[in-house]
Amino acid sequence: MKNRRGVICFKNPPSILGYAAVAGDMEANGPLKGKFDKVFQGDMDGEKSFEKAESKMQLFAAKQALKKAGLSPDEIDIAFAGDLLNQCIGTNYGLRELNIPFAGIYGACSTMAESASERQFRFPLEYGGQRPLTAQWTATAAGAVVLGKQNEGKVNVKAACVGEIIDYQIKDMNNMGAAMAPAAVNTITKFFKSTKTQAEDYDMILTGDLGQVGSAILSQIMDKEGYPLKGKHSDCGLLLFDRQRQDVHSGGSGCGCSAAVLCADVLKRLETGKLKRVLFIATGALMSPTANQQGESIPGVAHLIFLEGNIGHGNCD
Amino acid sequence: MNMSYKEYGQLVKKMSPGSPIYKTFPLAFLIGGTICSVGEALRLWLSSMNMSKEECGIWVSVILIFITAVLTGFGVFHKIAKFGGAGTFVPITGFANAVVSPALEFQTEGFILGVSSKMFIIAGPVIVYGTIAAMASGIICYIINCLGGNI
Repeated sequence: MKNRRGVICFKNPPSILGYAAVAGDMEANGPLKGKFDKVFQGDMDGEKSFEKAESKMQLFAAKQALKKAGLSPDEIDIAFAGDLLNQCIGTNYGLRELNIPFAGIYGACSTMAESASERQFRFPLEYGGQRPLTAQWTATAAGAVVLGKQNEGKVNVKAACVGEIIDYQIKDMNNMGAAMAPAAVNTITKFFKSTKTQAEDYDMILTGDLGQVGSAILSQIMDKEGYPLKGKHSDCGLLLFDRQRQDVHSGGSGCGCSAAVLCADVLKRLETGKLKRVLFIATGALMSPTANQQGESIPGVAHLIFLEGNIGHGNCD
Repeated sequence: MNMSYKEYGQLVKKMSPGSPIYKTFPLAFLIGGTICSVGEALRLWLSSMNMSKEECGIWVSVILIFITAVLTGFGVFHKIAKFGGAGTFVPITGFANAVVSPALEFQTEGFILGVSSKMFIIAGPVIVYGTIAAMASGIICYIINCLGGNI
């Protein structure tokens, strides 16, 4: 394993043994209809609170991913998971019955773990107001992935790039795509430089979730930086919802959004060989309502993983 | 990324779509106008029952608040507000919805720490600054009247 300023190339890349995606009914009626392991109904799926529903989704995703991998919870060495609730309670309560060694993580939408419209970031559901067109819709969704040794599964995680916190002084809570785009630019260009590759070397460069506005900014800046994405770029926020038909403005967001798109669609296409080499860049706007009200800007972070189907060859360095 | 914060801010501004005012303005006018017309119809109906001007005003407000609260509870109001924008927000209906919606949302935290304490998280500033503005205008009226004016 080599680590150069956050770019890590695995000598023995872990592989993906099992994965699962769960979504709310609105997400399940989008372009990825029929690809989720389970669809949760309504805002809370019969639970008494949003928080309980979030835990339930996370637990289901974890159990389903384990089932698909053919493993029981006591065979898992460690679980990394997170959400956007204070103290990561969605995860804590969701995973408490599994008794797996657990490390909680927080990275806003870059968590790639799970989320359901957390209340601290939005107005009450029944509040009547118009959202600006740059705003994104927090997805109700969760995803889980079980990792094992190289080539045990059909998809290997060949490399990763841990992102830096990048802040271009965006203060508009309704334009998170713009807050995250510079972080995505930073991480992708760093990875390209370090591995001496470019967009052509991959089948798909998937960001989650810059939305329409952030995606447009990303591709424009990548052109300027000399690393054009050349039509290889997709965004989870745009894949999860149909912006023409569903009222989500600039696209989906939330850490469940990229998790669900990856686990419901992209991993399947990697397994079947339809896609061979995919860069998945989970972007997060590290927005705190308190800091924002105090006049702070919104920093962004983007973490990258390089996924390759078993059929593919070659090292990333 | 070779770009200053200022340059980036300008790029973001250029790439971000603005509100479609050709659509939002007429809709706000239409829906806001409808709400006000309903209020006016109620006032005419009430005054036909020999109510005083002040009483009519109070009853119109109460009825509009009641209708909004019921529509909010049934999950209909925010759908109207999506199209109405300022048309539903500016009349008293907007204020009623801003109180009822957090009250519904925070039921899970109980009546004391949830419903009653979170009820004014959106409408609180309106109440505080509305009261202050009323006091200020009252003082101004008082001073003018003391100086021999009549308002």
